[in-house]
Amino acid sequence: MTIVRSLLARREALLVLACLLLLAAITARFPAFSTPKNLAGVFNDTSILIMMALGQSAVILTKSIDLSVAANVALTGMTVAMLNHLVPGLPVVVLILVAIGMGMLLGAINGFLVWWLDIPAIVVTLGTMTIFRGLAFVESGGAWVNAHEMSPAFLELPRTLILGLPVLSWTGLVAIVLATLLFTRTGLGRAFYATGGNAVAAVYAGIDIGKTRFLAFVLSGTVAGLCGYLWVSRYAVAYVDVASGFELDTIAACVIGGVSTIGGVGTVGGVVLGALFLGIIKNALPVIGISPFWQMAISGAIIITAVVINARGERVKGRVILRRKELPL
Amino acid sequence: MSDQSAALTPRHIPDRLDSPFKRAAKSWETLLLAVAIAIAIANSLASPYFLDPWNLSDATFNFTEKAILALAMTFVIITGEIDLSVASIIALASTAMGAAAEVGAGTPVLFLVGLGVGLGCGVFNGFLVARLGLPAIVATIGTMSLYRGIAYVVLGDQVYKNYPADFAVFGQGYAFWIFSIEFVTFLGLAVVASIVLHKTIFGRQVYAVGNNALAASFSGVKVRRIKFIVFLMTGVAAGLASVMLTSRLGSTRPSIAVGWELDAVTMAVLGGVGINGGTGNILGVVIAAFVMGLVTFGLGLLNVPGIVMSIFMGLMLILVIALPLVVQRINNRRRVAR
Repeated sequence: MTIVRSLLARREALLVLACLLLLAAITARFPAFSTPKNLAGVFNDTSILIMMALGQSAVILTKSIDLSVAANVALTGMTVAMLNHLVPGLPVVVLILVAIGMGMLLGAINGFLVWWLDIPAIVVTLGTMTIFRGLAFVESGGAWVNAHEMSPAFLELPRTLILGLPVLSWTGLVAIVLATLLFTRTGLGRAFYATGGNAVAAVYAGIDIGKTRFLAFVLSGTVAGLCGYLWVSRYAVAYVDVASGFELDTIAACVIGGVSTIGGVGTVGGVVLGALFLGIIKNALPVIGISPFWQMAISGAIIITAVVINARGERVKGRVILRRKELPL
Repeated sequence: MSDQSAALTPRHIPDRLDSPFKRAAKSWETLLLAVAIAIAIANSLASPYFLDPWNLSDATFNFTEKAILALAMTFVIITGEIDLSVASIIALASTAMGAAAEVGAGTPVLFLVGLGVGLGCGVFNGFLVARLGLPAIVATIGTMSLYRGIAYVVLGDQVYKNYPADFAVFGQGYAFWIFSIEFVTFLGLAVVASIVLHKTIFGRQVYAVGNNALAASFSGVKVRRIKFIVFLMTGVAAGLASVMLTSRLGSTRPSIAVGWELDAVTMAVLGGVGINGGTGNILGVVIAAFVMGLVTFGLGLLNVPGIVMSIFMGLMLILVIALPLVVQRINNRRRVAR
């Protein structure tokens, strides 16, 4: 009994159970949903969310928040799509490097403002969110880049099958492995947790919390940049409103996955499962015949539920040794 | 901002205190007012149509609804919280009014429906933040998604536009001469908000909660109740803004007022309200509303598209917070060097 209880207390176990129940309920009426092929499709569809939620979780672990990731996707995606349209001969590798570099730069701008000027992350990223999307409009003039204006190589890469799985899925899997290594096996990963868990203690332990936050934003921006290319290539269209509101999904995946918005708590497994949970719901809605217009309300309800559950789990565990200094999010 | 930094820097102790006049001249509000006047002059030089009274009157419509949100947002931010769901409350309240209008509700009922939905949403936000103690950012991100999500569930890609003819009075009517009902309501609310925040016990308690919630609660301030009330206020303000906006547009889509939470927060912060709570005043926010109104109007006269204006809003939000910090940092460095 205690084993069951301690297992249930772990967010990952709870989420696996929730995902399985969800799948069982859907499969009961639509058996085709749980075929391996369809499930692989669901994973492929959720890969971008998984990657960006992992980037977001690094930021949230340091007790910040990045609302600009979706706008980052729109801006980098539009940039590489236009580059591809204007210079069709440019190899895709170069475009991917451009996307990654640009995403990194945009993340560094956020991180720099948070680090050097100590401006609350929510204000910085609320501002850069509109600036990035506005710039996407400025560079495109509001025009779309459509599939026929993109080169075949640009479009095919995420779809290319390796060992039966598309490259997009493999990117997601590699991201999960890298994030696990980063969060649990490196000094930077520990610094993420320490900065959010107890900033004062982290400073005494010799961690530069400003720099740690900066690096978290750079990481989140870099991932968003890569996803900018993947998004535009996968959906074969680039326009200003690409990924509109997607920042909420990345935060939702983190919160569902048990990442505490007060910082310092969360695991890669939880975030991945949180993203998959959202992904299953998103893919199941059209199958069970519910209008996609429900999706926003459902994710809102899930976010609120998850935050309430998280808050229950956070009620003071053990003794507080060093008083937590209140730092603005 | 400036006297605060002086208080925080131990090395620099002035020989004598500034005179009240000098202090007023150096204040944030004076700076804002100067900016507003400069923009007005620049606008009148850039476009011959700017100084036309009816054009100016039209310009007020662009920001009064947002400014009403900003007045309530000021209270929330001063308590150290934030409400990102205001724009979604507008969408939900507008949807409810549209649905009520479809079944033949009259204008007074629609008005009450709008305010009532706003109140209900505010109560739910307040319950999540004040009662359950959830962090306001995530809780209101959740309700932001939930409220607008419900609007999408109800409306989908449809439109409500069967509003009674006399419903248009809130958003299109004039109180007297060039002064619209919206604008007069905003000025009235600004006076009320100013009195409540600066002249009542409740107002002092709002500051106390934002400065140090723990000390406030030891001093007998009911911290949770204060937080609950300020969320209730943003809810009602969003309901009122929804009535005005719906009445002005004469139609409801679920995407109504997207992104307005950013504008409301920007106005408050531009008006000198410290994002970490405890500081700010209504006068600053009112002037900031005018500054933003003048900027958008001026850019509009120059045919700048809305999304490009939002770049200016985003830049303004960051610059307004960054500049005083940069100046303060440079001053500190100079003092240390001395």
